Amino acid sequence: MSKYTEDDLKVELENKEYEYGFYTELDSETFPIGLNEEIVRAISMKKGEPEWMTNWRIEAFRAWQEMTEPEWANVHYEKPDFQAISYYSAPKKADPNKTLDDVDPELLAMYKKLGISIDEQKKMNNVAMDIVVDSVSVATTFKKTLNEKGIIFCSISDAIKEHPELVRKYLGTVVPQRDNFYAALNSAVFSDGSFCYIPKGVRCPMELSTYFRINQAGTGQFERTLLIADKGSYVSYLEGCTAPSRDENQLHAAVVELIALDDAEIKYSTVQNWFPGNKEGKGGVYNFVTKRGICEKNAKISWTQVETGSAVTWKYPSCILKGDNSVGEFYSIAVTNNFQQADTGTKMIHLGKNTKSTIISKGISAGKSQNSYRGLVRISANADNARNFSQCDSLLMGNNCGAHTFPYIESKNTSAKIEHEATTSKIGEDQVFYCNQRGIPTEKAIALIVNGFSKDVLNKLPMEFAVEAQKLLEISLEGSVG
Amino acid sequence: MLSIKNLHASVEDKEILKGINLEIKAGEVHAIMGPNGSGKSTLSAVIAGNETYDVTDGSVELEGEDLADLAPEERAHKGVFLSFQYPVEIPGVSVTNFMKTAINETRKANGKEEMPANEMLKLIREKSELLEIDRKFLSRSLNEGFSGGEKKRNEIFQMAMLEPKIAILDETDSGLDIDALKIVANGVNKLKNENNAVLVITHYQRLLDYIVPDYVHVLMNGKIVKSGGKELAYELEKKGYDWIKNEFN
Repeated sequence: MSKYTEDDLKVELENKEYEYGFYTELDSETFPIGLNEEIVRAISMKKGEPEWMTNWRIEAFRAWQEMTEPEWANVHYEKPDFQAISYYSAPKKADPNKTLDDVDPELLAMYKKLGISIDEQKKMNNVAMDIVVDSVSVATTFKKTLNEKGIIFCSISDAIKEHPELVRKYLGTVVPQRDNFYAALNSAVFSDGSFCYIPKGVRCPMELSTYFRINQAGTGQFERTLLIADKGSYVSYLEGCTAPSRDENQLHAAVVELIALDDAEIKYSTVQNWFPGNKEGKGGVYNFVTKRGICEKNAKISWTQVETGSAVTWKYPSCILKGDNSVGEFYSIAVTNNFQQADTGTKMIHLGKNTKSTIISKGISAGKSQNSYRGLVRISANADNARNFSQCDSLLMGNNCGAHTFPYIESKNTSAKIEHEATTSKIGEDQVFYCNQRGIPTEKAIALIVNGFSKDVLNKLPMEFAVEAQKLLEISLEGSVG
Repeated sequence: MLSIKNLHASVEDKEILKGINLEIKAGEVHAIMGPNGSGKSTLSAVIAGNETYDVTDGSVELEGEDLADLAPEERAHKGVFLSFQYPVEIPGVSVTNFMKTAINETRKANGKEEMPANEMLKLIREKSELLEIDRKFLSRSLNEGFSGGEKKRNEIFQMAMLEPKIAILDETDSGLDIDALKIVANGVNKLKNENNAVLVITHYQRLLDYIVPDYVHVLMNGKIVKSGGKELAYELEKKGYDWIKNEFN
């Protein structure tokens, strides 16, 4: 074998094609491009929504029209033309009454390519799937088991029709319509997403899981997720995303709202693998997401995310620690390669007394990518004895990438204890040679080093997800990581 | 086993090895001694295939096969092992996980199935006992926060796990106290048999009291200037390297 240097490695990295870059031909019904009040109404009507929902969307749309796109993030991209996007696309053949066996064989084939065949998932009886392809939920499983416990797990469209009292009570309470530019846009045009309600004192017996896909060329996707854990309940929710390869940029502006009532616990895990663009930095998904949770008394919310995809990521899963003794956690691995840009982190807003938050962020940059951690820890005047621990580690591969850390700390209470640690390291040729000498090829060596670096966060993921996440890390650094 | 012929190697156009000839047969222990900067560590790195060095002339053969075109991992798969003078740290990767990966990659390269977990466990238990390693040690991150002695013992543990044909011990004695030195030497001696060979690279004679060489070679300024039996090591210890320097100037 010829000499294999870090430079060769970089070349391989750049040449790595997007593993999931395929496109499935589905016969879809797509709205004309452009956005105005009529389109918003049409989306609402198409989905058979009640009037209050239509009005809620219109309110959001009007707010959005007054807003401008934020520019403070450490990312540079060509702003999307919001009038060149189609805001609704549904696979025509989808029918919620079909059983899994009736699902469009092309869809099933697509899932198989992604390694998430429903057949397989059905056998893994601990995971219930609500699969979203282009806006409309096409297959839902395990509904029955969940029903017995009183757990509601369905598409947000169904929830609006079947559980309007819950949706009305909580929708927009954590992320208001006018929270930010993209949240407002999402509120106006969200096509589908997931809804989950765990009743008082119920421990959800399985991991809830949703896969999102962007499939139709030129369609933005705007998911809306609303998750409510009633008093004393527990739920672990998994969200995984992959997207097919596309030339034009695709916008993904999701909103996730978590509500953890007194003594409840929510674990929310994400593996994100949207198409990152090709090696020249062309194409790729813009991922502008607003994720936020609110904790009432003694409640706990954990965000765990593995971010490997998207051309541009702008995402800060946050916790509002409103109740006394509530706990917020954020564990993140963000990988950027080629020309990817990620500006991601969290906000921990301490309002209640004895509130605690932990932030562990691992950034891995390769190619010509830029990876930024941006975090805010705010301790309000009433939050006596609040504590925060933050750790931000960056791993660099090669000399053309960047890692940045922007930690913001605002404390208005002198009893607060806040710790922040940060490290930056580079994969050394000596480390790789050491592994080589033990018979471990370079790709595998880098996978090993990266996994070791990410271990603290990978350990926080549920078992079945951790394996997948590990695979994803390898794929996204591939060429390099085998 | 290992045959080195007229080996020349340089780094950044500076020649460091200037024509090394060395023949190591199965079952033998050879020692290479020499003052600082004589090229000892370069020799071990070149045998292992470190790409920092350019081989400009000559050859290294393992069991008759020229290693020139083989990547470091391919050499490892064929049975070349280097105990590093300065083992690197890999945070978050446990000794066990590292060894499991190394063994299975080697097996894969040699067309074998992965080692079953129970077999792996048995092997780990056996070899850690051999080197008197506390098993808790094996779940720690590779070399992270290890003392000098722990690092070297861990190197020999890896050698025991991988069972190489030719083991090169580069300054394995540095950083070891006398007890650790005995344990490490004892491990090496137990692993040695008729089908493998050991090349000990050292500055001092101390280690050779415990790992007794069949042949001692003195490396100076990129060349082997003197070879002999184990007595040569004692002579060097007594008279210092200047003695040979004078003899050759």
